[in-house]
Amino acid sequence: MYTPNTPEERRAMLEVIGVQRMEDLFSDVPAKYRYPQMNLPPAMTEMEAAEEMQSLADANLTVRDFASFLGAGAYHHYVPAVVDHILRRGEFYTAYTPYQPEVSQGTLHAIFEFQSLVCALTGMEVSNASMYDGATAVAEAVNMAYHVFRGKRPKAVLSSALHPQALATVHTYYDASDREIVVPHEGDPTADPMSLLDAVDDRTSLVMVQYPDFFGRVYDFTELAEAVHAKGALFGIAVNPLALGLLKAPGDMGADIVTAEGQPLGIPLSFGGPYLGIFATRKKYVRKMAGRIVGETVDTRGQRAYVLTLTAREQHIRRARATSNICTNNALMALAATVYLGLLGKEGLRKVAELNYHKAHYAAQRLAGLEGYELAFPEAPFFNEFTLKTPLPVAEINRRLLDYGIFGGYDLSQDFPSLDRHMLVAVTEMNTKDEIDLLAAALDEIAREAAA
Amino acid sequence: MSEIKIREPLLVELSSPGRRAVRFPAADVPLADLPAGLVRDDLPLPEVSEVDVVRHYTRLSQFNHGVDINFYPLGSCTMKYNPKINEDMARLPGFTQVHPLQPEETVQGALALMYYLQEYLKEITGMAGVSLQPAAGAHGELTGVLIMRAYHRSRGDTKRNKILVPDSAHGTNPASSAMSGMRVVEIPSDARGNIDLEKLKAECDDTLVGLMITNPNTLGLFEEHIEEVVQAVHDAGGLVYGDGANLNALLGIARFGDMGFDVVHLNLHKTFSTPHGGGGPGSGPVAVAEHLVDFLPSPIVAVVDEDEEDGLPTFGLVTPKRSIGRVKAFYGHFGVMVRALTYILILGADGLRQVAEDAVLNANYLRVLLQDTYHIPYNRLCKHEFVAEGRWEDAPGVRALDISKRLMDFGFHPPTNYFPLIVPEALMIEPTETESKDTLDAFAAAMKQIAREAHENPEVLHEAPHTTPFGRVDEVKAARELVLTWFDWAKK
Repeated sequence: MYTPNTPEERRAMLEVIGVQRMEDLFSDVPAKYRYPQMNLPPAMTEMEAAEEMQSLADANLTVRDFASFLGAGAYHHYVPAVVDHILRRGEFYTAYTPYQPEVSQGTLHAIFEFQSLVCALTGMEVSNASMYDGATAVAEAVNMAYHVFRGKRPKAVLSSALHPQALATVHTYYDASDREIVVPHEGDPTADPMSLLDAVDDRTSLVMVQYPDFFGRVYDFTELAEAVHAKGALFGIAVNPLALGLLKAPGDMGADIVTAEGQPLGIPLSFGGPYLGIFATRKKYVRKMAGRIVGETVDTRGQRAYVLTLTAREQHIRRARATSNICTNNALMALAATVYLGLLGKEGLRKVAELNYHKAHYAAQRLAGLEGYELAFPEAPFFNEFTLKTPLPVAEINRRLLDYGIFGGYDLSQDFPSLDRHMLVAVTEMNTKDEIDLLAAALDEIAREAAA
Repeated sequence: MSEIKIREPLLVELSSPGRRAVRFPAADVPLADLPAGLVRDDLPLPEVSEVDVVRHYTRLSQFNHGVDINFYPLGSCTMKYNPKINEDMARLPGFTQVHPLQPEETVQGALALMYYLQEYLKEITGMAGVSLQPAAGAHGELTGVLIMRAYHRSRGDTKRNKILVPDSAHGTNPASSAMSGMRVVEIPSDARGNIDLEKLKAECDDTLVGLMITNPNTLGLFEEHIEEVVQAVHDAGGLVYGDGANLNALLGIARFGDMGFDVVHLNLHKTFSTPHGGGGPGSGPVAVAEHLVDFLPSPIVAVVDEDEEDGLPTFGLVTPKRSIGRVKAFYGHFGVMVRALTYILILGADGLRQVAEDAVLNANYLRVLLQDTYHIPYNRLCKHEFVAEGRWEDAPGVRALDISKRLMDFGFHPPTNYFPLIVPEALMIEPTETESKDTLDAFAAAMKQIAREAHENPEVLHEAPHTTPFGRVDEVKAARELVLTWFDWAKK
């Protein structure tokens, strides 16, 4: 299929090598292991494989078939056509990591713009070229803070309102190492962010919160950041980058590290990935930051050019003493976010963020007005997601909502036993007023039926 | 600094106040009050038109070399052709428009796809269980090391903290081990490029977590004592981890599971033809032997029910009994999995074996074509790649870097430079199976011409590349000035 040599050419090549048959090329593999049976389906033509894949795709329901109010870390947004047209350029997607700058200026220049856009959005000074996703970016924040204090402050204090999958990832990474992961009030969504300070001591390298938090709430962390700094630790904020089109930048609140799940910036849902890990910090910590970094320079012809810089931090040079093991990251998804932010620009990003805000607030007001439903945190400002108390278990409601052509919000009882009957409802620019009204009518009917 | 020439402006230099590329519909709901004190007053993003964006990134793309343009023999990176059908399949709305938290009954197609890919990768590696969650090779390594440690601890064997890594290993191997809190001990290679068996045995004690080994190794050589190596580690109670970065050489030829490996990771973005994307996204599934299946990261896809009448399976996400936990959000790089499964379906078992055979044929052919011109320190039958030295005693001053840059003038991407570290001035050449004899002949001719130039006219090498849009760049200046954003640039 994708092997162009003809049988004639193969024979000629074997002769040049000085062996008789293809098998002779594998004489160094112990005979008992050679040529195992592999029980795979018979080879298909492209036409047949396309049919097979289409039938798998057809076996899914999509957020286009149904009205979706799911968020919880992945959001249904409009992606302008230009984004994928740029990603589909073979010069971008069939290139490797830009180790050879003379033939990689396209990727390097685009990464430089990505770093710039991330800093514009977050209010930070430096960004890397990307990480795997939002959850692993939080794990890298814990790692970076540990290295900033050279291991002398092994403890990281993480908010219980961080995405539960980010918390789980951090636990997996470090639970058996000498890093200490502390999550005060784990499982309790009512804890005041300021109460995190109780767990901070002189062994703490990092305090990390989420903005908006997992339950949708938006806090100004300026005061907490100051208090954390007074105790000598770094302050990290994991953000929804789309919210930053409207909301105060984390850099302006005193964050030392900002991480994000970049999926809302022009990346399709794709059943959970690939997404985009965003990582930004202050310039003074740039040598402790993991991942690739592009810097500006000139070439021998006097042209402005870009190159991977500060590579001595990385695994291919420093091996066991590297800042992280990360190598391949999610560069093409960073390109998607770059093109998306370039297209939307100053006004477009604000506009789409406001649309999310207004639609979510309309939905919250509609749903909270229903008999049996109320907002779990009525005082807290929110962006495009909020926590709704429901009269029935969410799993039951969501099952019924399928009959109305609706994916209900995320069932918080899956991660928080204390939040039995709490639904995390996300509303984006993709949800029309009609969809929101349909959700309200359906929830109302489901509650009434159950009461009757 | 006014004399610096600008070949392509930054997006921010194209910006003009009030220019716009995308419009969104007006709100169809009543407007809410914005949250007092929490609204930002400055959003310093560029303002450009749609045409600006398209032309800017199209022009930038033309500064790149990709597999779609020409030969890309970057060693250990397996820069094979990325079939176009894979791209189309990954973009089917039935895949891209699916939320990861939808009810399982509404994502049976996506779960089936993952299940089949798990099964096929088990078959290809000869292992007993697979997790598709790791996002890249290094992420798979970290996952694998965490699994090995969890296994020892579950047996009450808590003093094991040592990971052995050959000196020819990818840098991610020691970095992943260190990140998980393990102690890394490097084992040297012997004169034939194999792991030094005696030195290995000396480190096999009761503190051993395991050995991370790449086979074929980064010299492109099959480990000749693989049975003894595995035996030595197992005898000490350790586990053998296979870095599957170079699996392309062994598809359908030999399986890690049959050779006694306990854990391996695969790179779907190398072996299974999914594109590298200029540095990702990759996908680094981890496959394990029977005794480690319960430790796989959560969740994995399983058949949770079968229809009583027609036997049709229902798929679901499950957590293995003693799982190390999750290593990222959701389930892995699903879009990459779609591409890899498409590739496996099109090739089948025979096609995959043909991939390995042609990859090894191409590498050996090129090795033989070049062996009289370039010194190849471990010159024996290679697998998917080989390593030459980019230096000659009678051409002082010429380095591997010069050869690499000169290759660009012939339209070729250079090989990997300066890796593995055990070969001086290394040029690590991996042609892959998707290249024809004609391409290899042209590449060999270019390499021979460069060798002549190195002796007769070294200046042409030192000043290379000549025909690319950019010349060599000043790395020292970049590291010294640290202009890392257009805000830094504007301050200059």
